Amino acid sequence: MAQLGSEQNPLRVAIVGSGPSGFYAAEALIKSDIDIKVDMLERLPSPYGLVRSGVAPDHPKLKQAILLYDKIAQSPEFNLIANITVGKDISVDELRDSHHAIIFTCGAESDRRLGIPGEDLAGSYTATEFVAWYNGHPDYRDRQFDLSNEVAVIIGQGNVAADVARILSKTVDELKHTDIAEHALDVLAESKIKDIYVIGRRGPAQAKFTPKELREFGELEHCDAVVDSTELELNKASHIELEEKSNIGSKKIYDLFQKYSSRAISGPASSRKARRCHFQFLRSPVELLGDSKLERVRIEHNQLSGDPFKQSARGSGKFYELETGILFRSIGYRGIPMQGVPFHDGWGVFPNDDGRITENDEIVPQFYTAGWIKRGPSGIIGTNRACSVATVNSLLADLDTLDSGDQKAGAETLYSLLDSRNVRYINYQEWKSIDATEVERGQAKGKPREKITYVKEMLELLN
Amino acid sequence: MTTIVTDNCKSCRFTDCVTVCPVACFHFDDEMLYIDPDVCIDCSACIPECPVQAIFEDDDIVAEGKEEWIAINAERAPDLPVCDEQMDPLPGAEERKTELGF
Repeated sequence: MAQLGSEQNPLRVAIVGSGPSGFYAAEALIKSDIDIKVDMLERLPSPYGLVRSGVAPDHPKLKQAILLYDKIAQSPEFNLIANITVGKDISVDELRDSHHAIIFTCGAESDRRLGIPGEDLAGSYTATEFVAWYNGHPDYRDRQFDLSNEVAVIIGQGNVAADVARILSKTVDELKHTDIAEHALDVLAESKIKDIYVIGRRGPAQAKFTPKELREFGELEHCDAVVDSTELELNKASHIELEEKSNIGSKKIYDLFQKYSSRAISGPASSRKARRCHFQFLRSPVELLGDSKLERVRIEHNQLSGDPFKQSARGSGKFYELETGILFRSIGYRGIPMQGVPFHDGWGVFPNDDGRITENDEIVPQFYTAGWIKRGPSGIIGTNRACSVATVNSLLADLDTLDSGDQKAGAETLYSLLDSRNVRYINYQEWKSIDATEVERGQAKGKPREKITYVKEMLELLN
Repeated sequence: MTTIVTDNCKSCRFTDCVTVCPVACFHFDDEMLYIDPDVCIDCSACIPECPVQAIFEDDDIVAEGKEEWIAINAERAPDLPVCDEQMDPLPGAEERKTELGF
């Protein structure tokens, strides 16, 4: 039989998930010297993962990463099979039969929990569900968010927390020409929120925002960034951290906090903006309180201890309560298990060695992983490119072991299984026609697109 | 808004940055890298990767006194080949890194 990776016997790779990691894995495979066929499987009718449903609507430039994904998708080696769920419509074992290798790039779909009493009270949400909701993700389309209280609390100081805070800080006029979902814009228009507290468990020198995200808070039309200067006093270890030359990002963030703290917001009321976004440090929520819904959050002040860059926060025993009606936790994501694939419960990832999935430290043949489900939820879009390239390098180095001796039929096998199960799968051209409709609907409103937020409606368009 | 490669890259060209660029907007000549501002999406992923801190957002570039590099990147990048995979640093790059204080 023809050698694996030749024109007669191409290496057939299934990629599960169509976010950035999936596309960068596809790109790296297509760029390799051998003959390859890539089938990308996606649960929703729409591809691009968090670039579509995570990146904030008021960050349109970041979404231009899609231009590159679109180019990759036009390659003759590439094929999208969307609107199918691996584990439900197709099993992992079936993918093993149809393809030589499978790369799981399904991201981190769940949130880390605070693990405190009251966490599940009405009014306590995850940042993920709010972000997915305003970005029109079909799974979150019908969520309700009560923005009728004047105080909102966000736990966490990374870029997702910043996105949530910024969306709550902006007026409808600032958002209406973005691709924010219409249902979200309607709810935000009625928002009574005036004060937003963005709370971090460590200090201002350890906040995880990127300087660019934090800088935006100084430029909002109707919201002041507020930092109390007494909160910017640093311990010795934090001073050392900020003096370290390679830690320039944290230094920039600290400088921005200082800038915000020195702005006079105590002047006449007329000079103050309608909303305020307060950045607060060294605090942890310890309990969410309320009868049937969130009314107050009990917060403990923290102290830092440990060596520079290894400081951890510890409760000080000093508590207070903050009245609020809505809280978002944004303290990190975790992956969720998939039937038939090893899972590390503690880390919320697929355990792996350089992208090769492992079980009890043994490599599982044919299984690879990249992106957040490989390394945990860190880094930004581009970080996943290096991650996916590394995984594909591992995969290509295993070419001999992936040769099962018989030809794999790839997508053809999957199509016949899906047809026999009456699953309506969607190819890339069909997605592009949904995409064109969204853009057209957006144009009428001066938006780059109006997302279609029900799967059913997307499918109806195609029929 | 854009992101800019400046003179610290000259004679180093470590190219750690290109591995995390989501849109392949880096270009190179014999001396250094340049960013094509029409392709760059300002994600800032490259900035912390540079071992000699040669890359800046344009918000910071004025404070650094390196504004001229905005035009240099924009003019040079489009005509040069794309660099989307890590290359060996230029000979003498490590010495230059030390010289630059990194």
